[in-house]
Amino acid sequence: MALLGYFTHLGILVCIYAILAVSLNLALGFTGLLNLGHIAFFGIGAYVAALLGLAGLSPWIDIPLAVVIAALVGVILAIPTARLKGDYLALATLGFTFIISSVARNWTSLTRGALGLPGIPRLGSISVVLAFVAGFALLCFLVVVWISRSSLGRKLQAIRDDELAAQVLGTNTFLYKLIAMGISAAMAGLAGAWYAHYISFIDPSIFSIPDLILLIAMVVVGGLASVRGAFIGTVIILLLPEPLRFIGFPPTLIGPAREMLFALVLLLILLFRPRGILGKVDIS
Amino acid sequence: MMLDVRGMSKHFGGIYAVKDCTFSVKEGTITSIIGPNGAGKTTLFNLINGILVPDAGAIVFQDQVITGLKPFEIARAGISRTFQLAKVFKNLTVRDNLLLAKQATDTELQETLKKMHYARDLDAKAGDLSYGQQRLVELARATLLPHKLLLLDEPTAGVNPAVRKELATILRDLKKQGNTILLIEHDMDFVMGISDEIVVLNEGTVLAQGSPEAVQKNPRVLEAYLGK
Repeated sequence: MALLGYFTHLGILVCIYAILAVSLNLALGFTGLLNLGHIAFFGIGAYVAALLGLAGLSPWIDIPLAVVIAALVGVILAIPTARLKGDYLALATLGFTFIISSVARNWTSLTRGALGLPGIPRLGSISVVLAFVAGFALLCFLVVVWISRSSLGRKLQAIRDDELAAQVLGTNTFLYKLIAMGISAAMAGLAGAWYAHYISFIDPSIFSIPDLILLIAMVVVGGLASVRGAFIGTVIILLLPEPLRFIGFPPTLIGPAREMLFALVLLLILLFRPRGILGKVDIS
Repeated sequence: MMLDVRGMSKHFGGIYAVKDCTFSVKEGTITSIIGPNGAGKTTLFNLINGILVPDAGAIVFQDQVITGLKPFEIARAGISRTFQLAKVFKNLTVRDNLLLAKQATDTELQETLKKMHYARDLDAKAGDLSYGQQRLVELARATLLPHKLLLLDEPTAGVNPAVRKELATILRDLKKQGNTILLIEHDMDFVMGISDEIVVLNEGTVLAQGSPEAVQKNPRVLEAYLGK
């Protein structure tokens, strides 16, 4: 039974991270926006759901609110950064992650700062949670597949390949970037809200840079602009280090061994499949 | 008048790329802009379609002032363009490249491409095409976008000589279908053979505007550009 619980736990994490990865892929792979603020949308979703949940709201109200607020924040971040490209956008959005993280750490009257928020209500047994997050992950994947095949997806990909050329064809690229960031942030907020309700404790370490790097690794390993790739990348990055728990490594070595494994995977991908496992696009 | 450029200037730092530039494009004609390198031709195009904002002057398109509008608004107003270096969406198929200009069936797209003497299929990835073919796809895309005025920045550059000859036919056909075309070109035989009007640009200023014959005889043009 303990083993079943362990696999259910991994399944829940895979679903939550898969939502994060596919939504980042919408911004990064499909629209070409190197958005390092994505983990902040996840954290905002988690904090909103946690605070409202702790205030006594039903999860069926606080989770949708977390989604809406994350989407709004995504659009608000996109407005001033829409004119930035490549590295500059990455730097500005990374700054956003630092700001949000700092707010969560220092607004102690609301977030309890580094002490975190314990006792966030759970939504039933872990198999119920797994069923829900798997359903939502599937929904998010279908939405991204639908977008990628629609004329909206075509416009987003045109922006990624050549924004100016998209503009001279009559596309309001500013508006489309806001739409992409809004949808992407909404999904990240959804993942964050479920994470908070599942783990039942969050603190400002939710905005950590190592997690952001893992998230980007999932998208890069799976392949930019590939929906299935986002799932495969998530599974590989999340599950690859798990066997380390069982081969008798001393606990002090498991952390460093994980890092080495990630570095190895990324190196192998960059050497042998620079577009990722299922990636089809090159981004300059 | 299809397009009226009035007293337009644009400087970068202390250097004027375009200075007090005035000329017009009549409906249903092919007008060519010629001039030495650095004369401001491409800057002029970038000003007309809103990529750059002029420091002074006005652009009037079909009696509507379009100065200061954004590139996508100018595209929607009816000005389509190609670039000096072809801009295709390299990760998208040729079909998707064309559909971004206009919703159309495969048959319509294939007909447009056939006119451009494009030889590959619609499913080819644009980035995998040769540069010459990318230019043809870009031209096809620009003509598909609903427009009244077509701006072409050096359409013959990077295209093989056989297609270059075809290009003159393609442009004449477009004109017959009611297109108004403004193009930048260095190939003088091409320009003289195809143009109804020629605008000679030098150091950002219009040196002369008129028929190919008149421009070729203009002493100022001969001195500055064509050579005696």
